[in-house]
Amino acid sequence: MNVSTAGAVQIIIRRELRLSFRRPDQLIQPLMFFLIVTTLFPLALSPQLSVLRDIAPGVLWVGALLSSLLAVEGMFRADADDGTLEQLVLSGHSLTVIVIAKTCAHWLLSGVALVLVAPVMAAALSVPAESFWLIMASLALGTLTLSWLGAIGAALTVGLKRGSVMLSLIVLPLAMPLLIFGASATDRAIHGDSAAGPLYLLGALCLFTSTLAPFAASAALRITME
Amino acid sequence: MKTTSTSLSVDGVHVWRGDRHVLRGLSFSVGSGQLLHVVGSNGAGKTTLLRVVCGLIAPEEGQVMWEGSNIRSDRSAYQSNIAFAAHEAALKADLTALENLRFAVGLRRTVSVDELMASMRRTGAEGYADLPARALSAGQKRRVAMARVLACDAPLWLLDEPFSNLDSAGVEVISALIDEHVRRGGSAVVVAHHGLVRRAGATQLALDE
Repeated sequence: MNVSTAGAVQIIIRRELRLSFRRPDQLIQPLMFFLIVTTLFPLALSPQLSVLRDIAPGVLWVGALLSSLLAVEGMFRADADDGTLEQLVLSGHSLTVIVIAKTCAHWLLSGVALVLVAPVMAAALSVPAESFWLIMASLALGTLTLSWLGAIGAALTVGLKRGSVMLSLIVLPLAMPLLIFGASATDRAIHGDSAAGPLYLLGALCLFTSTLAPFAASAALRITME
Repeated sequence: MKTTSTSLSVDGVHVWRGDRHVLRGLSFSVGSGQLLHVVGSNGAGKTTLLRVVCGLIAPEEGQVMWEGSNIRSDRSAYQSNIAFAAHEAALKADLTALENLRFAVGLRRTVSVDELMASMRRTGAEGYADLPARALSAGQKRRVAMARVLACDAPLWLLDEPFSNLDSAGVEVISALIDEHVRRGGSAVVVAHHGLVRRAGATQLALDE
């Protein structure tokens, strides 16, 4: 084999990006979901700016969590259905490397897009502009952690016909600390307080999942492929 | 192509799928320059056997050896020696035939577009290299999948029904490719319902349900 691990990661990411741009609906749907969910809350609660500012952290994070979950379901399923997952596994590279590459691609396509759209939705919820960078940083860490957690769930449910419900049941409880620290960081940023504490905790969660999730997801994938 | 004088050997493999004992103490070996033609009725375990040999399914008992070592000792290294064509063509519908090959083969070795086109030419698939896989017929997809096997340049070919959906000319082309691979010192395990693996030295393995 003369393709390095880094080369293989690069090839898989390029493949995922190209596939995604050929089918932009898969890229746009989670984003539209995020936009709609965050728009629904003001309609249901109150259009008062002070109320919107108070609910903004929760709305942004619940929206990001649910739309990430929507995107994560297809992480391995399409490849499993058309047989290309087997070809990836048989490429001579470790399954863990394949999981890392696919998760990074997934985050680049869904997480980064959410992070970029978040200021627009934050502005709509009357969040002060000076807190946008902090919100984006916390969402960047949060969506990456969600991608890692989602990879485990997607790997465990890839063989199930109606895997989306099971995927939610697996991922949502694991994502609770993320929601708590993420919403706390956003809330502090909005009120001008230091968000360092919850941001560090988000960073720690991200590091923790980045180191363990690839192994867990690859083991789950190997079991479901049998 | 990398060729070795050592071989694949399957030793006393037992596989259960649920309550069904699919493979019962199966043993065989395939050396360099040898072809094993696996036949059997539907459900006899032919595809399961190929997946065991690929390392996708771990047998409950027995072992699969490659070059004298158990494939479980370094599964990824072993898998870089095999080219597998499953029953599905394993092509992404939104990528062109050429892009599918470039990504699949590119993960295994550095390969140029010319090399990939040469492989497609040999399987008769060069005419639709730039068409998305979703626009191809089942037989055309099979030819592209065989071009991928060819381009992988692997010493061991594992082929599950390589002639399905092919017209008679396609069957001739793929048969000739398998023959040539074996003649050049490669090994092949071919699951085929039809008696189309005609090489004189082919060994046949019959699986019973």
